[in-house]
Amino acid sequence: MTAPTVRRVPGESGTWVFLFGDMVVFGVFFVTFLVERAKAPEVFDVARRTLHIGVGVTNTLVLLTSSLCVVIAMGAIRSGLKSIATKALYAAIGCGLLFIGLKVFEYVALGSAGHGPGANNFYLYYFILTGLHLLHVCIGLAVLGLLVTQSRRDELSETRMALVEGGACFWHLVDLLWIFLFALLYLVS
Amino acid sequence: MKVFELVRNRAGFSWLLLVAATILSWALGAEHGTGSLVAVVVLAIAALKVRLVGLDFMELRHAPIALRAVFEFYCLAVWAVLSGLYLWL
Repeated sequence: MTAPTVRRVPGESGTWVFLFGDMVVFGVFFVTFLVERAKAPEVFDVARRTLHIGVGVTNTLVLLTSSLCVVIAMGAIRSGLKSIATKALYAAIGCGLLFIGLKVFEYVALGSAGHGPGANNFYLYYFILTGLHLLHVCIGLAVLGLLVTQSRRDELSETRMALVEGGACFWHLVDLLWIFLFALLYLVS
Repeated sequence: MKVFELVRNRAGFSWLLLVAATILSWALGAEHGTGSLVAVVVLAIAALKVRLVGLDFMELRHAPIALRAVFEFYCLAVWAVLSGLYLWL
């Protein structure tokens, strides 16, 4: 007979209040976007097709891979494999920087094609939503930097471990929000 | 190698599923007209991807039932509300 799985909260409970709060706020943004889309669906559909879908897909894969790196890092920290944990976190940071680079490329390409935030409501929402998400990516990178410092420690106290788990969950939140944004902006609108 | 041991688990398998689902939603969603049911399917794939990220990356699969339930409800609610708005507004 296998032992029953011990259920536990990843990170501090308070972290989850923040994470769910953020998810709800973005949920409201998604709703607002679709309400605005309903006023001019054809305009939104034409504008959607001007986005670089290849860049959007690549960025989705980049963030998914960064999340896997964070999962590897967490496993390594728990197993005492400090070197692997640090390297995996650096790889995740590299993915985050690549995401920002690709996003900036997209912004510049759209802007130079005359599709800036002022062109129509689709682009306005596109820049606001992806801009807010980009802010999360930047905060997430700082959090991953903090995790690197923790991954070098010989041992983590329970409090520090909860902090590390919460930080990892924040990075996964960045990934999670992008999954919905990618579907909404690049595929659905 | 130790790194491969760290991904030979449910999270590693989920990553493969997430990559496949991303490619699938791209293939399905890139070319469709407005008001199409394809959008509802694309949103469902996104919600399922988010659920996998929560359960296997954020480790909610083995979280207390209430926490996991709130997360799963969020995925379902976002899909239902967005699909409803897309189809009926």
